[in-house]
Amino acid sequence: MSASAVFVLDLKGKVLICRNYKGDVDMSEIDHFFTLLVQQEEEGLLCPVMSHGNVHFLWIKHSNLYLVATTNKNSNASLVYAFLYKLVEVFTEYFKELEEESIQDNFVVVYELLDELMDFGFPQTTDSKILQEYITQQGNKLEVAKTKVPTTVTNAVSWRSEGIRYKKNEVFIDVIESINVLVNANGSVMSSDIVGSIKLKTMLSGMPELRLGLNDRMLFALTGRDKGKAVTMEDVKFHQCVRLSRFESDRTISFIPPDGESELMSYRINTHVKPLIWIESVIEKFSHSRVEIMVKAKGQFKKQSVANNVEIRVPVPSDADSPKFKTSTGHAKYVPEKNLVVWSIKSFPGGKEFLMRAHFGLPSVENHEMEGRPPITVKFEIPYFTVSGIQVRYMKIIEKSGYQALPWVRYITQSGGERRFLNG
Amino acid sequence: MTDSKYFTTTKKGEIFELKAELNSDKKEKKKEAVKKVIASMTVGKDVSALFPDVVNCMQTDNLELKKLVYLYLMNYAKSQPDMAIMAVNTFVKDCEDPNPLIRALAVRTMGCIRVDKITEYLCEPLRKCLKDEDPYVRKTAAVCVAKLHDINAQLVEDQGFLDTLKDLISDSNPMVVANAVAALSEIAESHPNSNLLDLNPQTINKLLTALNECTEWGQIFILDCLANYMPRDDRESQSICERVTPRLSHANSAVVLSAVKVLMKFMEMLPKDLDYYGTLLKKLAPPLVTLLSAEPELQYVALRNINLIVQKRPEILKHEMKVFFVKYNDPIYVKLEKLDIMIRLASQANIAQVLAELKEYATEVDVDFVRKAVRAIGRCAIKVEQSAERCVSTLLDLIQTKVNYVVQEAIVVIKDIFRKYPNKYESVIATLCENLDSLDEPEARAAMIWIVGEYAERIDNADELLESFLEGFHDESTQVQLQLLTAIVKLFLKKPTETQELVQQVLSLATQDSDNPDLRDRGYIYWRLLSTDPVAAKEVVLAEKPLISEETDLIEPTLLEELICHIGTLASVYHKPPSAFVEGSRGVQHKRIPARAGSGESAESSDVGQSGPSEAPPAVIPSQGDLLGDLLNLDLAPPTATVPSVQPSMQMGAMDLLGGGLDSLMGAGLGVAPAAMPTALGIAPAVGGGLGDLFDLGGGVGMPTGSYVAPKTVWLPAMKAKGLEISGTFARRGGIIQMDLTLTNKAMSVMTDFAIQFNRNSFGLAPAGPLQVLTPLSPNQTIDVSLPLSTSGPVMKMEPLNNLQVAVKNNIDVFYFSCQYPLSLIFVEDGKMERQVFLATWKDIPNDNEAQFQIKDIHLNSDAASNKLQGSNIFTIAKRTVEGQDMLYQSVKLTNGIWVLAEMRIQTGNPNYTVNENQETWRML
Repeated sequence: MSASAVFVLDLKGKVLICRNYKGDVDMSEIDHFFTLLVQQEEEGLLCPVMSHGNVHFLWIKHSNLYLVATTNKNSNASLVYAFLYKLVEVFTEYFKELEEESIQDNFVVVYELLDELMDFGFPQTTDSKILQEYITQQGNKLEVAKTKVPTTVTNAVSWRSEGIRYKKNEVFIDVIESINVLVNANGSVMSSDIVGSIKLKTMLSGMPELRLGLNDRMLFALTGRDKGKAVTMEDVKFHQCVRLSRFESDRTISFIPPDGESELMSYRINTHVKPLIWIESVIEKFSHSRVEIMVKAKGQFKKQSVANNVEIRVPVPSDADSPKFKTSTGHAKYVPEKNLVVWSIKSFPGGKEFLMRAHFGLPSVENHEMEGRPPITVKFEIPYFTVSGIQVRYMKIIEKSGYQALPWVRYITQSGGERRFLNG
Repeated sequence: MTDSKYFTTTKKGEIFELKAELNSDKKEKKKEAVKKVIASMTVGKDVSALFPDVVNCMQTDNLELKKLVYLYLMNYAKSQPDMAIMAVNTFVKDCEDPNPLIRALAVRTMGCIRVDKITEYLCEPLRKCLKDEDPYVRKTAAVCVAKLHDINAQLVEDQGFLDTLKDLISDSNPMVVANAVAALSEIAESHPNSNLLDLNPQTINKLLTALNECTEWGQIFILDCLANYMPRDDRESQSICERVTPRLSHANSAVVLSAVKVLMKFMEMLPKDLDYYGTLLKKLAPPLVTLLSAEPELQYVALRNINLIVQKRPEILKHEMKVFFVKYNDPIYVKLEKLDIMIRLASQANIAQVLAELKEYATEVDVDFVRKAVRAIGRCAIKVEQSAERCVSTLLDLIQTKVNYVVQEAIVVIKDIFRKYPNKYESVIATLCENLDSLDEPEARAAMIWIVGEYAERIDNADELLESFLEGFHDESTQVQLQLLTAIVKLFLKKPTETQELVQQVLSLATQDSDNPDLRDRGYIYWRLLSTDPVAAKEVVLAEKPLISEETDLIEPTLLEELICHIGTLASVYHKPPSAFVEGSRGVQHKRIPARAGSGESAESSDVGQSGPSEAPPAVIPSQGDLLGDLLNLDLAPPTATVPSVQPSMQMGAMDLLGGGLDSLMGAGLGVAPAAMPTALGIAPAVGGGLGDLFDLGGGVGMPTGSYVAPKTVWLPAMKAKGLEISGTFARRGGIIQMDLTLTNKAMSVMTDFAIQFNRNSFGLAPAGPLQVLTPLSPNQTIDVSLPLSTSGPVMKMEPLNNLQVAVKNNIDVFYFSCQYPLSLIFVEDGKMERQVFLATWKDIPNDNEAQFQIKDIHLNSDAASNKLQGSNIFTIAKRTVEGQDMLYQSVKLTNGIWVLAEMRIQTGNPNYTVNENQETWRML
């Protein structure tokens, strides 16, 4: 059904640790993995599924590690990848960073986790918070009587344990939106969408029942309420804790939250939006002598708002040298290892326009290698503001002990995906 | 302090030292030693020599130590099977530990110790754990059943674990249910005919309830299991869809894809005019689009699946073109897949945007991506006619870039565009010819040569161009050589005067100097054509070519259906059926989408469909068939006689009677007309064909019940009957045998006065009435007639048995032909024998009346087979399951009162219907 075995390899293809779950694929088959990988890399046709004979390798890369699952069946590939990423998530929660060293430093726990996370190729409990209740890093301290399976593991509520206590009951809600805009060479917007995410930091006692109210247009339509601004969410994805059938039937977002930090939901909105920071650029390349770059950035958002920590990354030819910059605000820096000019602006008020000029020398001998034309990208954060206008109308918190809890909400808009400004 | 210190000791006496430490009295030291052992194991050192010492540490109340020892056991037990037995006691003990964590740990590890010898000791502990009060232990035990089954299937069956596992589907705990489902699915996958996952509306309901409560992984197990279910009707289908749709909002992409699989499959059963159908279609698009923001590997799986979904139901994503636009940072595998989907979604409405994108991609640096982008432009031209012109001009722009591989790709696709739109874009040929010298890839060279040859009359220097290629003829690839040969011959046919020398040169190069048989053959054919009949040569070589279409790169529909049933799996990623890459899965059922049908029939019919168009191998029967005739004659002549004393050889013949038939009957998927049956069976062919068709696809859909009717075949060709053509077939409808005839007048004059007569035949078939052709049959007119038949005619043994000689008379002459009827024609409806009678009769039959044969490659379970057979009046009297084999006891009654009793053994997991013991009682009742 899914993985026969899972391997963690270093960058040279050496197995750091592995777990054989089903025994139907020879463990030595992993030796072919790295050869195949190198071969594909050379051909420039890397693929996340590779096969050797009747053995298939499904792999992902994380920092300096490869995580590989083998199988000789018609496995559920999406399940395997989702599991491998879950593995990364769990290990990261346990060891802060997942890399070669953390695997070696914690091999006993890694074995324990591998044993608990999957059985005979079937993923089991993968919630790291719950796992941490019975697989701890100081395993040696455990006494028999103390180590019990938290009932949570097999509960319908498998993400929250009972008996959590806080002196002050609070929930922090972060609404984070990022916009993805695709702009073609002529400067017109090809496509745009907003990807939002609602994150929780829950510090609530007991087993609270929560209900989140958004200005969701479908909900308003259902309840016959039509005043106020509503947003249409194209697609919504929820954390395991949200009752999906309930949402499907009456758009109610009801759940028992996991303790601590979690992403409650994400949504996608298809709307026509302009890039919040509009970039125009002129790049003139005089072969054998110099390249001149002019970038104009304009804040296309409300005057009251301010974009913080703006970074505008402008690609330059790899053989450019002796940079000279002039900026109307902020400062520009050349990052030769990435072939970029990074123009940073601490705070960028809405409606303002700034300019940066850069001048690079080019060698007299031309570089014949074809270079890709990466897009200009912009990074920023605008607090207290969402593009879509989504709002948390309420967060109801009910716990049987009847405590009063305070929900806090924050809104942030971030730069999202790519902008493409190809310049001819 | 980190664990890395355990990796550091590498001294010579290490093993010895470890041994001492392992046997230390101090707990802490012991544990440190075990950690060192595990560390050594991790880095690949062989520490199996320490087996007894490590196992000695197993009895400990330190959980961490216990886990490490278990880990060691799993790794080395197989290499030390005898010593592994030492561990059994501890396992048994641990399974009774008060701490559920330890019980579960023990039962989990037990199953991973793949040593046959110790498995039987594990049955008792496992049985207890399956009934454990703690769900954590039960969910672990459920998986253990699958593990054990993998090691020793028989043992698991004998111990009744499968039943316990089935019971766990009704467990109160959702995690237990999910794992039980996963375990059962796993076992069922390796034993496709086991009927283990006997899904019925009740279990489906339980699964759907558990779906709301279990973990994300459990949801995937359940959804994947649901996808194998065949809803009984569209209402059930809809209600399942309704309960599955909420899963589309799950954050885990794998849950979403598995839900999409269930919906895509069950949707097929919904009537298209149903409101819900439209709603469901709309609901599918957003989650599919969102999958594109998942991690790149998951995106890749999603894209491969979207590629299938777009081919199956283009309407779902037709408005979502933009989301497939390539991003700069997408990995190459994502880029290439997106391109493919863009082309599939390209339509007149969005072609301008698509082309603008493709043109940008074509100027990127990644060679493979650029090539595919150029090719994509060509495919757009072929797919969207209105865009062809724009595509061509885009391609010309790209050719101007002079980037070598871009030019070559462009030329290859322009050739395809010429083939789709002949005489439209030839003006660009001049530009193409300018780039002749830069072409170094065979495909591009071949394409260019094809263009020159095809349009030789418009290219002034075509002869020079082709001649230039000819110089290095022998160094070219075959593809180029063949193309060059053809192109020069075309050129010669168009401009014979100036190119005679050239054509002779190429013909001699191809025929005399080449080792390649294809090339030589083609050369000789041209040579002969040209020398004997240049006009004919022109007709052949310059014939109008069929237009190409974009359909060529679509996945073939039956494969597509199968792949839709495998959404999310490797099969859907490879776009290959599982049987193509999973060893030992050849006999495994091909999954199919249920057909839309209002009746309960549909589930069964698609079951049947799963057998696919596999070939029916000839039955393994020697040619004793010949004897059959005599023997039958003996019996048949006096139909009222008592059981004759039968010679041993008789059953051979008798068995043929059904043998060949049944064989193909189940094997052959698609209507094999009698004439097409292999003739190696002695008399079997005709019989075979007839029965063979009983299992045909057609049997399920369209026809409520009853036997299969073969398509009509030509019995009397017009040439032999002065212009009268007769084709026909036989059918048994509601107990009445009918001969369906189609008469066509291919002569110039009107035909009248039709009459029909049969010769004496094996089962006394005779027309029950006159042939009803009331109106005269005018030239080129066709008439369908149904002639009812009786079985009361004179009897004479025929060769083959089911042969029927027919005479048809009309106003012109009398014509004779013979045809063969399917044996099932003479199986009567009341052929179901009383159970007791069956038993008694069965026993009474002398042993030497028995015959056995085997039917191969049938992918039906016993119930489906039984249903199918019943449609043809072969009745199942009883069914027994013995040692994993289903035994069907069946009876058939022929029109002449003969009973045939059969025992059919169906081995689960084995696609071969192990021989049906065919017991013939030639007893006249």
